[in-house]
Amino acid sequence: MNKFKRLLGGNINIKQYFMVIALVAIVTFFGILSSGKLFAPMNVSNIIFQNAYVIILAIGMLICILTGGNIDLSVGSVVALVGACVGNLIIRQKMDVYLAAGIGLALGLLIGCWHGFWIAYVRIPAFIVTLSGMLVYRGLTITLLAGQTLSPFPAEFKQYSTGFLPDLLGEFNLFGAKLNGFCMAVGVTIVAVTVVVQLINYNNRRRKGYAVGRAGALIAKLVVIGAVVLALFFVLARYKGVPTVLVLAGILLLVYTFFTSSTVMGRHIYALGGNEKAARLSGVKTNGLLFFAYANMGLLAAVAGLVFAARLDSSSPQAGQNFELDAIAACYIGGASAYGGIGTIGGALIGALIMGVLNNGMSINGIATDTQMVVKGLVLLGAVAFDVISKKQTALPAIRLGRKKKAQAGNLAL
Amino acid sequence: MAKNLLEMRGITKLFPGVRALNDVNLIVEQGEIHALCGENGAGKSTLMNVLSGIYPYGTYEGEIYYDDALCQFHTIRDSEKRGIVIIHQELALVPYLSVGENMFLGNERQRAGCLNWNATYEEAETYMRMVGLQENPRTLIKDLGMGKQQLLEIAKALAKNVRLLILDEPTSSLNESDARKLLDLLLRFKREKGITSIIISHKLNELAYVADKITVLRDGMTIETLSQASNEVTEERIIRGMVGREMVNRYPHRDKRPSGDVALQVEDWTVYHPQYTERRVVDGVSLTVHQGEVVGVAGLIGAGRTELAMSVFGRAYGAKISGTLKKGGKELRLTGIPDAIRNGLAYITEDRKGDGLVLGDSIKHNITLAHPAAISNRGVLDKDKELRGAQAYRDKLSIKCPTVEQFVGNLSGGNQQKVLVGKWIFAQPDVLILDEPTRGVDVGAKYEIYQIINDLAAQDKSILMISSELPELLGMCDRIYVMNDGRIIAELTREEASQEIIMNHIMQASKGAIGA
Repeated sequence: MNKFKRLLGGNINIKQYFMVIALVAIVTFFGILSSGKLFAPMNVSNIIFQNAYVIILAIGMLICILTGGNIDLSVGSVVALVGACVGNLIIRQKMDVYLAAGIGLALGLLIGCWHGFWIAYVRIPAFIVTLSGMLVYRGLTITLLAGQTLSPFPAEFKQYSTGFLPDLLGEFNLFGAKLNGFCMAVGVTIVAVTVVVQLINYNNRRRKGYAVGRAGALIAKLVVIGAVVLALFFVLARYKGVPTVLVLAGILLLVYTFFTSSTVMGRHIYALGGNEKAARLSGVKTNGLLFFAYANMGLLAAVAGLVFAARLDSSSPQAGQNFELDAIAACYIGGASAYGGIGTIGGALIGALIMGVLNNGMSINGIATDTQMVVKGLVLLGAVAFDVISKKQTALPAIRLGRKKKAQAGNLAL
Repeated sequence: MAKNLLEMRGITKLFPGVRALNDVNLIVEQGEIHALCGENGAGKSTLMNVLSGIYPYGTYEGEIYYDDALCQFHTIRDSEKRGIVIIHQELALVPYLSVGENMFLGNERQRAGCLNWNATYEEAETYMRMVGLQENPRTLIKDLGMGKQQLLEIAKALAKNVRLLILDEPTSSLNESDARKLLDLLLRFKREKGITSIIISHKLNELAYVADKITVLRDGMTIETLSQASNEVTEERIIRGMVGREMVNRYPHRDKRPSGDVALQVEDWTVYHPQYTERRVVDGVSLTVHQGEVVGVAGLIGAGRTELAMSVFGRAYGAKISGTLKKGGKELRLTGIPDAIRNGLAYITEDRKGDGLVLGDSIKHNITLAHPAAISNRGVLDKDKELRGAQAYRDKLSIKCPTVEQFVGNLSGGNQQKVLVGKWIFAQPDVLILDEPTRGVDVGAKYEIYQIINDLAAQDKSILMISSELPELLGMCDRIYVMNDGRIIAELTREEASQEIIMNHIMQASKGAIGA
């Protein structure tokens, strides 16, 4: 493990790399078990459709967790309520699709602000506020739908969740496979941009005399990322091209990665989760940030609600059940600390993919839902246990885990 | 010649990459009070953790003889069974349980498998009286002050039939009179019950007061054991042993004296307790700090010094705050902490772990936390600037760390304190309020922090320094205010002030309060 760490340039989050490795292992395992069906172009598109909303929810959930290990239990119900709301407006009232979607998003944001108000300014624990929300919105959903399922949505609405980007470049043949030209172009562009940006960054840092990892490690990393992205887009190109929802999730992932890692506000969220009192005394507007985290979660839950309603082509009173748990699990599997202050958007993405591939892999191999639940539950525990145990061994961030108890055990007081 | 109760021979303890203890020997005689001194990181706490079984037998080299028998403790319970009880610096009491419940936690008084409440409270009361606590044993811990909690820990040790009591910096969070009470208690137990104690402390005057012998550790090695009886104990010798050099002057010299310009002016400042809003914690305080001046605030714990400082710092504490605050002659009406920082104020907390630092984050992020404007453009971080800034402050304050990416939680107390001070200097304030800036910091790091304070004063920054260590105030300050019970009861110049005069003011004022 140490050698591996050094190979990657030292000082990295082993845990996150471990989860990447775990993801690769799971993908390989189910790929072999299903004799390649997992990688079938249609199935890959399906995995994306099935998990886009989990990824969107996990992004919002991660920010809530960062602020101090708080979770939002209501997101599943918000997904249902927003779905019911737009279903009602579009299907029953024949409202314009975009206007209805706008109202759905506003509803989500409003719900988020409601939570934020109680959590940040009245200081009621997030668990309780969102547990209340979970019940309230589910109840409202059933009322709004009168217990029935609304269906179908117009194609104009569905295209944003189950549609594909139009092939602007036309099909072409490669290795005897018919490929969506636009899709391949997108894949190649993404890889090219990533490589160029990374290399420029590397060069800039080296020129300014900052510590940089080994060039070899960077190139190896870029080659692996490039290969994975190209393979993904190659497979997608063999089916119908780039799913619209992949674009949506991709943009959200980029925006929130930038937000958490490169903005003052993002930095303040980490500080708030790491030590709220210290953050407050350092001039961090802790209440405002907490409010933001939940308002933002409400908005993202509404986005997920739209995506999910469009995918199911219906508004159902039972929609979104247990989604909050998938999102929370994704964050924790992806290395977020249950005490706040630690975690990344990339980690949450990997966590969501692990859960998603497990779901899909077991489904196409005919494993029953009951077994699936058992496996997923154990994976969650296993991932977090690995995290806790590996931290104990390095004894670095043990401070936040064991807090005072640990200090008393004298691990810190040398 | 009493017999040896404890002999630790050739103790070596390795942590990954660090030799925390290197062939340490410690001999403690029956019935003595033995002090352990050394800088932070010298290995004092590690040694005591080895002794009490927190680091189980087999994880260290060397032998421990207690009562002439070789000990192989695997857990703290094993050592407690033999009467070795350790009281940690951070107290291990459960705030929402009663005194009695805490006293017998893990050692419950029971009858037929059920808790025996009568015995619990009756016995608790007996032990409490032994340490001079008059409280009801049903009182919740959260309602007791730190001093009483510390005494309670000792009572708890008595309940375990302690023979060897280990105290890790027992007075670090106590004021002088509580500290004195605690030390007197140790002396009494030694006399009356023959209880042997090992006390870890940074406070040299306390050690001189209680200790029969003093063992000095440095870098995980025993330097020497000094005996009070043979008059070997002098402060100079202990300090020399601890730091490995003579400390001629414990307070660095400052050339420049303050200019006449008033920087900070507080007038008729009154603050009420945030929960018990009828309780006045700061009462009509007026004070001034000039440019380039170091002004001290002396007083007992609970005198309202921290409350004064925090309420001035953008109303970070308190309710119904009234009075005027002026900086450079201009009145400030601060709306909150961000506003205070913008207006050039800084408050450096007394509790660096609790509300000063994000321990699970890097030095870099901690240093830049209070002043993100310096490392960002329109809310977007410039990570190059951040790294450069953090490195510059690391070098400036000589924070000892391999990189600024290191977690603050892994630094020693002194270095943590320097990170905390660094964070606030990075925020470019004009007025710095330092609350107990050298608490839990070793002698060497203290000196460095004093130097930082002097440098700041030399740059015409104004410094208000709260400290419970009178010698430190006397050595550092141009003027000293004495606070008691929320009021300023005296203002002394550097020349007028002495420990006796300050304590005298406090005692007189306290008496007045009782008389009224």
